[in-house]
Amino acid sequence: MVVFTVIAALLIVICWKLADLQVLNNDALQREGDARTLRKEEIVATRGNIVDRNGEPLAMSTPVVTLWVNPQEVMESPEQAESLAAAFTSLGLDAEQTRKRITDKAASEFLYLKRRVPPAEAKVVLDRKLKGVYAMEEYKRFYPMGEAAVHLVGLTNNDEIGQEGLELAYEDWLKGTPGSRQVVKDRIGRLVRDMGVTASAVPGNDLVLSIDSRLQYLTYKALKEAVALRHAKTGTATVLDARTGEVLAMVSQPSWNPNNRTSRNEEGLVNRSMVDMMEPGSTAKTFTATAALESGKFTPDSIIDTRPVVIDSHLLKDPVAYGPSNLARILAKSSNVGASRVGLELGHEAMLDVLKRVGFGENIGTGFPGEVSGNLPAHDRWSRSDTASMAYGYGFQVNQLQIAQAYSIYANRGIRKPVSLLKVNSPVEGKRVVDAKIAADVVQMLEGVVAKGGTSVAANIPAYHVAGKSGTTWLYVTNHGYDSHNYIAHFAGFAPVDNPRVVIVVSIKQPDTSAGQHVGGGTMSAPVFAQIAAGAMRILNVPPEVPGKTIHAPALTVPRPPVVDEPDADEAPPVLDEVEVGSGNGVTQR
Amino acid sequence: MLTPELRKYTGSVGAGLERKRSWSQRLHVDMPLLCALVVLLSFGLMVLYSATNQNMAEMKRQLYFSGFAFAVMFLIAQFDVRWLRAWAPWMFLGGVLLLVAVMVFGEVTNGARRWLHFPGLPRFQPSEVMKILVPLTVASFLSRKVLPPSFWHLCNCLLIIGVPVILIAKQPDLGTALLITVAGVFVLLLAGIRWKWVLIVLMLAVLTAPALWVFYMDDYQKNRIHTFLDPEREPLGAGWNIIQSKTAIGSGGIYGKGWLKGVQSRLDYLPEGQTDFIVAVLAEEFGLVGILFLLSLYVVVIGRALYIAGVAQDLFSRLLAGSLALTFFVYVFVNIGMVSGLLPVVGVPLPLVSLGGTSIISLMTGFGILMSIHTHRTARIGY
Repeated sequence: MVVFTVIAALLIVICWKLADLQVLNNDALQREGDARTLRKEEIVATRGNIVDRNGEPLAMSTPVVTLWVNPQEVMESPEQAESLAAAFTSLGLDAEQTRKRITDKAASEFLYLKRRVPPAEAKVVLDRKLKGVYAMEEYKRFYPMGEAAVHLVGLTNNDEIGQEGLELAYEDWLKGTPGSRQVVKDRIGRLVRDMGVTASAVPGNDLVLSIDSRLQYLTYKALKEAVALRHAKTGTATVLDARTGEVLAMVSQPSWNPNNRTSRNEEGLVNRSMVDMMEPGSTAKTFTATAALESGKFTPDSIIDTRPVVIDSHLLKDPVAYGPSNLARILAKSSNVGASRVGLELGHEAMLDVLKRVGFGENIGTGFPGEVSGNLPAHDRWSRSDTASMAYGYGFQVNQLQIAQAYSIYANRGIRKPVSLLKVNSPVEGKRVVDAKIAADVVQMLEGVVAKGGTSVAANIPAYHVAGKSGTTWLYVTNHGYDSHNYIAHFAGFAPVDNPRVVIVVSIKQPDTSAGQHVGGGTMSAPVFAQIAAGAMRILNVPPEVPGKTIHAPALTVPRPPVVDEPDADEAPPVLDEVEVGSGNGVTQR
Repeated sequence: MLTPELRKYTGSVGAGLERKRSWSQRLHVDMPLLCALVVLLSFGLMVLYSATNQNMAEMKRQLYFSGFAFAVMFLIAQFDVRWLRAWAPWMFLGGVLLLVAVMVFGEVTNGARRWLHFPGLPRFQPSEVMKILVPLTVASFLSRKVLPPSFWHLCNCLLIIGVPVILIAKQPDLGTALLITVAGVFVLLLAGIRWKWVLIVLMLAVLTAPALWVFYMDDYQKNRIHTFLDPEREPLGAGWNIIQSKTAIGSGGIYGKGWLKGVQSRLDYLPEGQTDFIVAVLAEEFGLVGILFLLSLYVVVIGRALYIAGVAQDLFSRLLAGSLALTFFVYVFVNIGMVSGLLPVVGVPLPLVSLGGTSIISLMTGFGILMSIHTHRTARIGY
């Protein structure tokens, strides 16, 4: 009896325990069981392409295969070692090293074998039907324009997440929403059953830029040649559509090919059009002239004294005496003395007002990572030298895109249109910021800059009239002051003059001056402007203004030694230091 | 007086107590036990087929062993138990010698020296043999003495149990050692030793347990106790087995996921799913219903074995049959208890279901003895 009772009691205990597990606790344990076997696998969503205004791809995702291994499974099948080694070799991997990599991770379930293999190469490996070797589809970002557009387009990292440029700025727009599928996997991670798609992947959106690939490439080529020719440290060029404010091309040097990731070059990634700040130098005389006309104190015919002037005990003089000049001649010769006298007459507020209206000191708002807004001078007490230097472009900082925007206002005879990196489909209204008559007068002065006797004859192109202004900005070197051997050569202008289509700004920074070449914007950057402008006319099918002349881009040549009787007037130091009254050194000596 | 009609069923009493025997009795087979065993083994093979992931090679091996085990059972059943009783001391001595041989020549697997491999013979575990020989010898010894056993006889019995148990515990194979002790002690209990002594031994055991814990038990054994008390302590280490098996059992629910559809077990999440933890596989695929079916098969087998013990005609048969029946129950209880987290993990396979040939053969030998006991009776009492 005792025996039976004990047995019955123990059986009841067992049954109770089992019922507890299987019926009472069933939900929790079932969930736990599912958690072990049911897994979600991500379905990759295609990242949106970045295309130019004509639909040409600037960044596209191409399917590639990433091969990975499950080390646990590989370790379970030692008999396939030879075939495995052959597969490694066919992928260009060191067989012995790869084997060691797998053995080191023997307990794990996932190890990349090789990422982003071309599909054909991966197929060779997969056809071997090796146990524990798997493939997953991934996308690789390819940049058809390579280094010609990397500064603007930017790039993604290995996981296709935007890292630089527009790829970063428009990450949310470009990236898709990954989908997922539910699968059953065994303990060592082998796929047992596919339960189907639980959420389908939503591809990212395409991004249509305002860029014109043809113009982008042309600009890239012209700038690269110029930077190489001058042994310059950096260079940048921006082309705007004069009618819409769209950026048609934006190029920086040095550059780097984003399709070749092995040697990443941070310098080659900087978009110097929007990220670099610089003083506009003589290109700002355009705005001084505008302020002069607006003030009513000056007319285009007012005669201004350009004899050397003492400002705050510094002597300021031009490289050569230009004699009494009107505003047009001050611009054409780029007379710092003339501009200073005008500026001092106007006062800083009138000039600041124009600078603000044409867009300086204000972020353009492209959303581009690292875009700077520059800054306008804000002195508590304005000294005469502060006012004078602002008149010829020193003492405040801008980026190149802002210069381009400001010049587009003159191209549009006083109407300011928003600048855009993305394609603009509807016509842009714009806002008048400069009186039409005054703008037209200033444009006429800018034409004088490229006319015979101006600083920038090299900016001319066949068959079209162009207008623009050169500038040579000495760079402020810390603890050393402004230095005539470190400068930026600018040229900003547009073409054709009567019905402008493109606004182009070219800046070449820190050219090599050791070989005696020592030239400013009119000689160094204006030819690049001409080359781009001529190409743009052809690409944009602009009817020639001057009939009977064929269009061809002027060739870049090694500059002749500076012409003594037509010195590069831009070559002027800021008022601020170094030039003592009467000493005159460093200014006239060439 | 028996009518001629009744005589037909009881055999002819007149011819010196010679009875007419049924064919099954003449073959020395107990039909209820045989049926239950066949159903149990078949069900076991079905579960095993799933637990081994349809591994036909393993299935074949298990099938051969089962067939061989049945043959052994038939063979043993042919011997009169009195013969077994007479030869018990010699067989026991042989068994002990084999255990000594294991200590000297045994093969080492997983850090334990348990297997003996004579050239030309399949390797085997002598400790399995002792599972039968210890209760057999104790029963044989006690059946020659006056019951209840005296203190002196009790000491002799403890010696018979103790020598092989210590040899096996040294291999080390604590699980088997404990089970053999249990089998021997069952004989003593059935022989009607005084409850006083049982209580004394129990108290001694409780008192010496801490000492055993400190001085005797290995770390891995302590670990098992720790894990039993708190499986979540080391979820990926020692606790993994028990957590996985509970999960598998729990996810079976009442009706299970269906044969060959268990996820936890078949996808390799459940360790030892073919051997000690096969109940978890069964529970996941057949649910509570399946487990209750299995338990009822075991109840039939144990019940029949106890019945055989109850109607056995001599003391030796009673003691032996009772001990075999109870030991079988202990196997079932310990295995299911351990898999469901009721008991600590000790390496006890689920009898007749878990993969492993030696265990099936030794169990079937026990059932052979039971059949022999039941079919060699001189008088017919009961069925």
